[in-house]
Amino acid sequence: MSHEEAQRKPQRIEIDQEELEATMRREREELERTWARPTGLRGWFTDTDHKSIAKRYIVTAFVFFIFGGIEAALMRIQLMRPDSHFLSPDQYNQIFTVHGTTMMFLFAVPIMTAMGIYFVPLMVGARDVAFPRVNLYGYFVYLIGGILLYTGFLLNTGPDAGWFAYVPLSGPAYSPGKRVDIWAQMITFTEISALAGAVVVIGTAFKMRAPGMTLNRLPLFVWAQVVTSFMIIFAMPSVMLASGFLASDRLIDTHFFNPAEGGDAILYQHLFWFFGHPEVYIIFIPALGFISPIIVTFARRKLFGYVALVLSLISTGFIGFGLWVHHMFATPIPQMGQSLFTAASMMIAIPSGVQIFCWIATLWGGKLNIKTPLLFVLGFFAIFILGGLTGVMLASVPLDLQIHDTFFVVAHLHYVLIGGSVFPLFGAFYYWFPKWTGRMLSERAGRWNFWLMFIGFNLVFFPMHQLGLNGMPRRVYTYLPETGWGTLNMIASLGAFILAGGVLVFVINVIWARYAGAVAGDNPWAADSLEWATTSPPPNYNFHNLPVVQGRYPIWQATADAPVVRGLSTTKRETLVTSVMDAQPELRFDIPGPSIWPSLVALSTAVMFIAGIFTPWAILIGAILAGIALTCWFFGDPNYENKTARETGERSEHVGPAPELRPKEV
Amino acid sequence: MIETRNTTLKICAALSFVLCCTSCGGIHNALNPTGPQAQNLSRLWWLFFIVCSVVFVLVMIALLLSLRNRTGEPQVATAPVIEPPAEQERKRRNVVISAVTITVIILFVFLIASYSAGRSMTAELEHKNGLNIELTGHQWWWEVRYDDVDASNIFTTANEIHIPVGVPVTFSLKAADVIHSFWVPNLAGKKDLIPGKINTIWLQADKPGVYRGQCAEYCGLQHARMALWIVAEPQEQFNAWRQNQTQTSVTPASDSQKRGQQVFLTSTCVMCHAINGTPAGSNIGPNLTHVASRNMIAAATVVNTREHLAQWIIDSQQYKPGNKMPQNNLSDADLQSLVEYLQSLK
Amino acid sequence: MFKKKFHAKTQRHKEKPFETRQRLASLRLCVSIFLCFLCLTSCKREQRQFSSPPSTFKSYDVTMSDIHPGSPGMPQPVQNPSDQRAFDTNEGKRLFTQYNCSGCHFNGGGGIGPPLMDEKWIYGENPENIYSTIVEGRPNGMPSFRQKIPDNQVQQLVAYVRSMSGQLRKDVAPTRNDSMNARRSEQRTERETPRRSSPPPQ
Repeated sequence: MSHEEAQRKPQRIEIDQEELEATMRREREELERTWARPTGLRGWFTDTDHKSIAKRYIVTAFVFFIFGGIEAALMRIQLMRPDSHFLSPDQYNQIFTVHGTTMMFLFAVPIMTAMGIYFVPLMVGARDVAFPRVNLYGYFVYLIGGILLYTGFLLNTGPDAGWFAYVPLSGPAYSPGKRVDIWAQMITFTEISALAGAVVVIGTAFKMRAPGMTLNRLPLFVWAQVVTSFMIIFAMPSVMLASGFLASDRLIDTHFFNPAEGGDAILYQHLFWFFGHPEVYIIFIPALGFISPIIVTFARRKLFGYVALVLSLISTGFIGFGLWVHHMFATPIPQMGQSLFTAASMMIAIPSGVQIFCWIATLWGGKLNIKTPLLFVLGFFAIFILGGLTGVMLASVPLDLQIHDTFFVVAHLHYVLIGGSVFPLFGAFYYWFPKWTGRMLSERAGRWNFWLMFIGFNLVFFPMHQLGLNGMPRRVYTYLPETGWGTLNMIASLGAFILAGGVLVFVINVIWARYAGAVAGDNPWAADSLEWATTSPPPNYNFHNLPVVQGRYPIWQATADAPVVRGLSTTKRETLVTSVMDAQPELRFDIPGPSIWPSLVALSTAVMFIAGIFTPWAILIGAILAGIALTCWFFGDPNYENKTARETGERSEHVGPAPELRPKEV
Repeated sequence: MIETRNTTLKICAALSFVLCCTSCGGIHNALNPTGPQAQNLSRLWWLFFIVCSVVFVLVMIALLLSLRNRTGEPQVATAPVIEPPAEQERKRRNVVISAVTITVIILFVFLIASYSAGRSMTAELEHKNGLNIELTGHQWWWEVRYDDVDASNIFTTANEIHIPVGVPVTFSLKAADVIHSFWVPNLAGKKDLIPGKINTIWLQADKPGVYRGQCAEYCGLQHARMALWIVAEPQEQFNAWRQNQTQTSVTPASDSQKRGQQVFLTSTCVMCHAINGTPAGSNIGPNLTHVASRNMIAAATVVNTREHLAQWIIDSQQYKPGNKMPQNNLSDADLQSLVEYLQSLK
Repeated sequence: MFKKKFHAKTQRHKEKPFETRQRLASLRLCVSIFLCFLCLTSCKREQRQFSSPPSTFKSYDVTMSDIHPGSPGMPQPVQNPSDQRAFDTNEGKRLFTQYNCSGCHFNGGGGIGPPLMDEKWIYGENPENIYSTIVEGRPNGMPSFRQKIPDNQVQQLVAYVRSMSGQLRKDVAPTRNDSMNARRSEQRTERETPRRSSPPPQ
């Protein structure tokens, strides 16, 4: 059939049902073989399936979340009473540093990346991500970085200079030993991993969408992931510079941050916060992407203000890069300059406000079914809005000078991060758990989970606002009884245990549901986006026939005779690459299959940076190793591991429909 | 005896500190302003707080009202609405646009209020010819140097700053090692002390009293115990205090005090601490010339009594582990006379 | 029915037990490799001891000469625990400046006093020798710091002095300080092979 013929209105043709089913069955079997994942120990190091990698990311990140929570619990026990001796100052300093580092670098960013890696291909109707091997590399680099940090922590070498490690405290003169070096190198690992994830998401979202999914129809989840990925690409280099300069000051006597030799201590702050502020938006914006689908599904109506929401995401991404000095208002930066950042920090409340209002408008116009995911989203509203308002307070230079570096900031940051990211994340877990595992989580346990977390969270962090105004600075391992901070601290510590109880309920719920939850089926929530158009859990190849999208809410707007994509090979790993704006099919693309090389490159990266803590020669040797491994990776056959097709000799010679399906003229 | 009375006074000072703290507006409270800077900030705070609370309540009401149209069906099965009625959508659009407009206006109000508050806080900096104090942050104590055009009026003390009521005081903030932050909530916002830079802040106390501050930038092991006191007193009292501080150290009177001075000069103390008028001139640690005139020791975290001082000298690591003062091995007799001598240094 | 349930359970468990076991095994492997690697060096290096036994201000019994009648006695090498702790060597560096050792030894290059960063040691390069030097003082101008510097701080200074000529492990030696740098940091100093030298001429 020529292109012109295909464009003409399709004629009615008779298709033999039996033959159709036989063909579909055969194709499915071929797809299963072609897309089979390697198993066992070897499989763990070579499997590039995006769903498998995303699940590993999620489990690993959740384990780090638990570790971070344990550290938080230890801190709360220490601060429960004045003059407590539960932890020594050295232990406390390591614990609060590792808590912040874990939560920011090892939990929040990776888990958001993971959600993107799992769902972006499914939501845009692709067979896999754009760069599956880069994806695998990113995961291993992340895992090694996390193990590095915790091994150091357990061996009394945990960093103790705070999660943002200001110089000169973290510099060579005031942080002896290798503690801060481990921190600086771990940063490198997690940032490389984030960059890998960002590249993968952008490639997939822009070039691998199903036909018909124009940018105007892109789900908000995918928009959020795309904005986040761009932010990652622009922000990460700054922190790699900051940590790289710090590592080189500590290892090879450079003077980047040594004022006596021409350096500047504030340079570090600028470099770090130029990354650090976008970082919190990198954590927050994917969560906004979770909220939109959940609201759409449970309000049973289209989103109010799709375009406004998309533009808000994008403008948040942009403005987020212009705020960083609000972390530095107490430094001798001139007042006029600081005021510009006040203005920008307040301005970013506008797109956030637009989103909140649009969502509330959606809820107003819908017929709500308040299941656990929506409950968590409602919790998000309550908590995040409060956090955002305290953020506007902190944006003001003079006001910030009273509450900067106090427990008020601790309260604010937890309100926006936990309220703005963790609550939507838990909502997302409840929403998408059926898709991951094929089983539903318990609704009842979900409600317990939510209320324990909501009440516990507010008990912990609301008193901290008052503590900050009462003069309690951050990062203090103890305080005098005369300050009067004891009562509020005690309340906060009790709340911490309630919050922990909520998380425990979640873990129990997950373990129970894995084996005894109700079977979910393809689309238990009767939702609209494409991930629900395949089985739960999806097959390795995601979709048997890639759908053709007919609207912003593909499943809801699909007509009875909705077309599908036919003609992609079932005997090699192939997917459709489409144009950026209108998703017009452009070419068929060989997706690289499983390979050992990403793991080996990750290992050589690990050698480079971990040994680089001890000697600068490691950078050279590691770079050579990495170069060799990368060369082997790039020159490998994309379908190297995919022996099945070669062995069976089945290769699809022509592109058109199989002979059995050629239309019989009526 | 003078010793007992001073001890009692110090304990009373500490107790009143406690009592003040446990009340709603403590002496370490940003919302209990006692100076123009802090008052400015407190007003700004209340503006923000009230407006933000109203906004929060309104949004929460809108959210809760949106929940009225709900169903309790166990399965999510209601038919989804792709094209809601245009009239309702238009109404909602108008509401959303109004809400966004109000947000923008509120933010502008905040911006202007914030900017003008900021200007009035820094505008005075160039015109001050009141008191100038140079504050240097160390790990983990505050070195306080009172500047004057007349060199004989310059003196150095530690951790306790006296200022006259109603007079603007300009602080030059320097750091000797890492970044610290000077913060006395009742009087002003905070400013960082950054090595290699000089930061400036002015503040003024309008009421006599004791105002506690604490270092507000994580600076290492004992960041938690790096506090300071600002004692605001009437001008005459301040002048008397200042006059006393410029004097050299009190000559030891009794035998015990003389012996104590000998102990000081022949043991580890002399390596780090200075006492003007004696051969001890090291500036590594706090200047002890008038240590007995201070209410607290250990960077305003321990009441300055004989017992506490003795414990601090013998084993400061037990109270403030990691601080730079080593433990000392002194006989009881030596320790007693040393403490007597130090307590005589008013 | 029980049979069916049991069968179903084993079916479920059969789905991915192998993968999960392998996953855990490889995770444990990774963790143990790292632990072994870092355990070797980090345990002592990062120790921070803030409390120490009361100072005695006694120095060690050291011999100043290698020549002796009869047979040599059993050597009694003294280990300086600060030699293996990065915190202590860093403290030693701080104390070296603050106690004004630089007043005579400058930043290790010597001047009024002999250099400390070269290979020549007049009174011995072992920790106990340097310890005695600081506590007892030496003829020709080295003051005695007995009673003035507590034992644990002398240990820290000893460790630092040894690091100036590169005697310490590279990961324990101090890195550059945050002031004007007169020379390379001790961490990047090549190890000098110590040898005895005669006292300076009168």
